[in-house]
Parts: sequence; structure tokens; C-alpha cells
Amino acid sequence: MSCCDEKNGCGEKHHLPVLEVEAEPEPELSGIEVEGMERLQSTRRDFLRQVGVAAGVTAAASATGCGSTTWEEYFHQHYKRLSDEDKAHLFALLEQRTHEKYGVEVHIRDPQPIEGVEFAYALNLSTCTGCRQCEYACAKENNTSRDPEMHYIRVLELDKGTMDVDRSNHFYEGEVPKPDKYYMPVQCHQCANPPCVDACPVQATWREPDGIVVVDYDWCIGCRYCEAACPYWARRFNWAEPSIRPSDINPEQGYLSNRIRPKGVIEKCTFCLHRTRVGRNPACLEACPVGARKFGDLNNPNSEIRRIIATKRVYILKEELGTLPRFFYFFG
Amino acid sequence: MRKPIQFIIILLKHALTGSRMYFAWISFLALVFAIGVCAYVVQYQNGLVVTNMTDQVSWGAYIANFTFLVGLAAAGVMVVIPAYLYKNKPLKKVVWIGEFLAIAAVLMCIMFVTVDLGHADRMWHLIPFIGKLNWPMSILSWDIIVLSGYLVINVFLITYAMYSKYHGGHPRKGLYVPIVFISMFWAVSIHTVTAFLYDWLGARPFWNSALVPPRFLASAFVAGPAFLVLSLQIIDKNSGFSVPKEAINNLRRIMAVMMVVNLFFFSSEIFTELYTGSGHAASAIYLLGGLEGRHLLVPYIWSAVALNIFAAFVFSIPKFALNRTLLNVACVAAFIGVWIEKGMGLVIPGFIPSPLGEMAEYQPSVIEGLVSAGIWAFGILAFTLSVKVGAEIERGSLHAEGVVPDLDEYATDAEPHSSPPVAHDVAATPKIAVAQGAEVSS
Repeated sequence: MSCCDEKNGCGEKHHLPVLEVEAEPEPELSGIEVEGMERLQSTRRDFLRQVGVAAGVTAAASATGCGSTTWEEYFHQHYKRLSDEDKAHLFALLEQRTHEKYGVEVHIRDPQPIEGVEFAYALNLSTCTGCRQCEYACAKENNTSRDPEMHYIRVLELDKGTMDVDRSNHFYEGEVPKPDKYYMPVQCHQCANPPCVDACPVQATWREPDGIVVVDYDWCIGCRYCEAACPYWARRFNWAEPSIRPSDINPEQGYLSNRIRPKGVIEKCTFCLHRTRVGRNPACLEACPVGARKFGDLNNPNSEIRRIIATKRVYILKEELGTLPRFFYFFG
Repeated sequence: MRKPIQFIIILLKHALTGSRMYFAWISFLALVFAIGVCAYVVQYQNGLVVTNMTDQVSWGAYIANFTFLVGLAAAGVMVVIPAYLYKNKPLKKVVWIGEFLAIAAVLMCIMFVTVDLGHADRMWHLIPFIGKLNWPMSILSWDIIVLSGYLVINVFLITYAMYSKYHGGHPRKGLYVPIVFISMFWAVSIHTVTAFLYDWLGARPFWNSALVPPRFLASAFVAGPAFLVLSLQIIDKNSGFSVPKEAINNLRRIMAVMMVVNLFFFSSEIFTELYTGSGHAASAIYLLGGLEGRHLLVPYIWSAVALNIFAAFVFSIPKFALNRTLLNVACVAAFIGVWIEKGMGLVIPGFIPSPLGEMAEYQPSVIEGLVSAGIWAFGILAFTLSVKVGAEIERGSLHAEGVVPDLDEYATDAEPHSSPPVAHDVAATPKIAVAQGAEVSS
């Protein structure tokens, strides 16, 4: 029982090195995705235009004594019902709120799925060393709460000779990789047939055209049915107000991905859509010191991910459940 | 509009007048409810972090109570079915009590789900069109529809019946009876859909069993009548409304059958899980005997099994069942036994071990206990107040001016055609094959 007294980090004994690290400047976008850059710049201009509006709304709110929350924040509509104008307005408001609360300038964007792309992930079980660098990089990238401590990725330590996750060790410590062990990081599998999406009573979570399952944090009612439905234990709930040091905040945020969440809502891995939709790799992939993680477009016959699926021995976790994951383990 | 408003005012007035004992009782319930509200305010401000739920065990006492109470709500039909389908006179006389129980239970269900939400302020997202109800995909959306429908149906039925009676009339049969029949099927649907909430989840092998809905119904049809048997005696003693003795006997027979069925289902489930010995049995093993050194639920579930077996014995052996004290003890045992088995005994092990094999246990926090107690107090308070005025209208002491109450409606109606108690027995027993066998033995 005692392990459950702390939320989320139930039994989690390791500490997040990110907490100790000074905030590094976010690496600038490399030149490879020119199109993505343009899109970002144009949205940023839109935002600058909108900031004035947001400031007006906030001023009106404080003038009427509404305190920190406006009518609009409470009653704005589902993401899919927001017009571009609504979005711009809302994002500006959220940026304003983050600034009020943390004193940090953040940029909330809404990169759209790239036409014809379906993302997939592959992870090499033969080379993963269980160092948990992916897990820490993920927390840092995605602005997950540091207290209570939350991680999207859970690395399992398994005995060689079994693939039964029920026999895995989540809380291994010390030097890795250990002899006779291998390691299996688990995160959202971005299922093509996602039970979590079916479960949600308010359509607050859905599968995007590029295969990423997202959550509208402002629409989720916090019933946690999706969390019960997920066979990969990929969803996390904000049991308390998320807390994160201002210096740890990643200012480049996506509305449907890594913006700072309110309390009482579900969140999850989004394959870093704010990065991947503009041509970058997920943070966990970049952090992997042994190159065990591969990411790409399933619809592109020449992609590395397609080559892996076609030529390697692939293992799909809980394949028998029919969830059709877009996350593949392989040996190679 | 004047008549209905007057009616409501008079009901409220009568609900709040009574003996000293009555006042002490409703004040006590109101106090517990108020404490629950305070506890909820603490939870609302701090988030669900004040509960002991975690990402591993993400549902706890609230959803457990919700699940149990859906059964209690559905069990209201255990008086309606015999009364209307089998023309059971003694039970027809207490149908109104079953309906009030159903309403109180559904209200508690709604409250338990609400307090479990991380964002109760966003509940309007569930309203079709204004919000974005995920119907028909989400089973939870179905559950919301059937539960609110059940509430509406029962509120309509009881209001219509009471309102007519108060004004010296009867509800129109052409309107009333069809809706009563709808309510019977609807009652089964609320508990079936609630079971479907769990049993489609491939992620949770412990729940992923076709036996969950039948188990839910069987256990509900024990817990509901058990609650009714106890409250009928209290009503009989205190309200001036005389409850026919046969009503209690009929309910006892229903419980005798249903408890045996429930235990049978339970043992089938356990056999299948344990004898197969597959990895899917991990949750069942954890529940029944502990796993990897964790065994918080072991004494809990076995106490439920013991209570249920004890109750089954008392219900089925007439010598014991005719002893009113023993029957009452057995009703309490059955109620608690089912509450454990179908509440936390079903919900918690579904999460242990987690889908990735992590062992994290759960027991409710103080806040969860207080909030739950508050909701129960609210439900029992609603039931008490409504039964208080209901009894006055039913026995004819509360009526509109100038109405001559038909005091002996049931007596005069029943006597010429009244069949011997044995006939009632057959009539009262639901048409289940097992039921026949049990009748012979008793």
C-alpha cells in the first residue's frame, strides 16, 4: 500500500534528472523542414495579433471580478468545433495564462496532420539498454507534471526468456543493462483501433488522420474510462494541479500535445506531434543513446519504418487484443 | 398550475413533520450529507489527489459504490415484476416503495459518478448537441442515457400514481401500465449496460467475461430485496402504512433463489479463472489469495463470500427464514456481502496487476469515505422523506380536501380473489428454471 501514497509515481524510486538540469535553450529548428518553418512563423504572427485581444478579455474579466477564469475559458467549444479565429483567440489566452502563472513566454501552436502521412514507431528490443533517457527526455519535452511526477514512458525490465509483462520489473535500479535482462519501454501505441477513443463519453479523445491519438484537455471531463480501457497503460491523469518549475517549461507547445495541462484531465504521449508534424523526430527518439528508436511514415514505402516492418522480426505487444498498434517492437 | 404547486408544498410540509425519532433520523442523515459536501469541496479544490486512486488503480470507492447502486436501482423491479407480470397482490401494494428506492438509488449513482470526475464543471459536455456525447460508440454514453431514462420513468410513474391518489383518483391504466412494463425492461437494461461498461474491456481480463452482466443482475436481485425487506418492516412499524406479511415472504423467496444463483455464478467464474491457470487469472488470484505479497483484498472478499453463504442458508431454509430476527440479520449480511463483492471486490482487482504488470494496491482515503458516506446519507434521506409522504398518501391520511379516501382498496380488492399463499409463491418467483427447483426444496 505504502507505494501508492504518492500519485503517479506509485512505487517509482528513480528521480528525474531533468529536475536537476538547467533549462537548456530549445534547439532551433533545423533547416530541413522549410515548409514547417514557414507555417510556424505565420502562426506566430497571428498570435502576436491576438495577444492584444486576449489582454482585453483578461482585463474585462478582472474588471467584472471574475478572477482568473473567464466565461470563455469555461464554455469554449470542443476543438473540432473551433474556427481558426476561435483557436487563435484561445491559444493567445492560454499563452497569457501561462505567462501569468509561470512568468514564461510560451507559444502554443496547432500543427495539422500532414496529408497522406501515417506515423508509426519501431523500437529495437535487441539494443535498448534500459537507461530511461527516453523517459526523461519525454517529460522535459512534454511539460508533464514534476510533482506529482508523471511519465508517459514506462521502461520494463524483463528476464531473457519471457515476454510476459506481468513478470516485468518497473523499478529496477543501478547500472544497466544487466546481464540476463532486456528492456522494453512502453508508451502510447497510437492504436489504429483504439479502445480509449471508443470509451470516451464526450469525444474528448480521437485519432487524427496521421494516426496520433490526441486529447482535448479543455474538453475532457476526467472520468478516466479511457485509462481503464487502455491495454498499454499509456494514459495519465492529473490527480492534482500539475506543477513544473518555470525554468523547466518547454515554451514550444502544441494545443493537442505538450501545453501545460489543467488538473483533473487525462494526458498521454502524442508522438510529440508539435515536433513530428513539422518534420522533427519525437524527443524520446532523439534522446536514445543507442539508436533503438525509429520513427517514420507508414505510408511511405521507402521509409525506414516500412523497411523494419518488412524485414525484421517484429513483436506487437498484446496483438491479440486487436487494437492495431502503430508501435512495433523488433529484434535487430 | 396551482394544483401541482400546492401538491408539492403539501408534500414538503408533510415530509418535514413527524415524531421526535423521525426528526433525529433525518437530522442525522442531513448532518452526514453536510460533512460529505465539505469533504467534496476539499476534493474539488485540490483535485482527486486527495483520494487514494492512482494511475494504476484509477477507479476506486466511488465507482464501486456506483456499480452497486445501479443494481439497487434495478432491483426496484423485483417488486414491480411480480406485481404486474404475475398479479402478486401483496407486492403490488408495496410497488411504490420499490419505485422510491429506485429513484433514490439512481440519484446516488449520478452523485457517485459526478464526484469521481476530474472536471465535474464540464458535465455539460455530455449533453447531446450542446456538448458532444459519444453516442453510440461509448458504452458510458449508453449508461448515461439508460440511467437518466430510468430516473425519468420512475419519477413519472410514482408522481402520477401519488398525484392521482392524492386527488382521490387512479392513474389511467392505458398510460400507467404500459410505462410500468417499460420500466421493468428498462431496469434490466440499466444494470446490463453498467456491466457492459466493464466487460468489453480487453485490457482488463478480470472484467472481460460474459458472466459479468448475469452476475450483476443476480446479485442486484439479492441486495435490492434485502434492502426492501428491512425497510418494509421499518415502514410498517412507523408510518401507519401496513405492509402485507406476504410481501416480505415473497421477497425472501426471490432472495433465496437469487443468492444461490449469484454464488453459483461466482464459483463458475473462479473455477474458470483458476483451473485454466493462464496469465489472465492474475487479478483473480490477487483478489482471492494475494499475489506477489500483496493481499489487501483477501480478507475483504472472503468475508463477502461468508456473508453471502450465510444469507443463502437462512433464505433457503424456511425454519430459519421464518425467524424474523434471523431473516433481518441475513438481509444485512446479504446487502453487505453483495456490496463488497460487486463494489470494490469487482472494481479494484480489475486494475491489479496493471496492464503492464505493476502491483499497486488501493484502499479508500478518509475523504473518499466521507464523500461516499455523504452520498449514501443523501440517498437514504431522499428515500426516507419520500416514503414518509408516500405512506401517508397510500394509507389515505393525506389527500386533497373533499376527497374520501378509499382506505381498504387492497383489502376489498384482494379478498374475493385472494389465492392461498402458495399461489403467491409461484407467482412471485421469476420465470427462471432454477427458481422452480428452489421452490420445491423450500
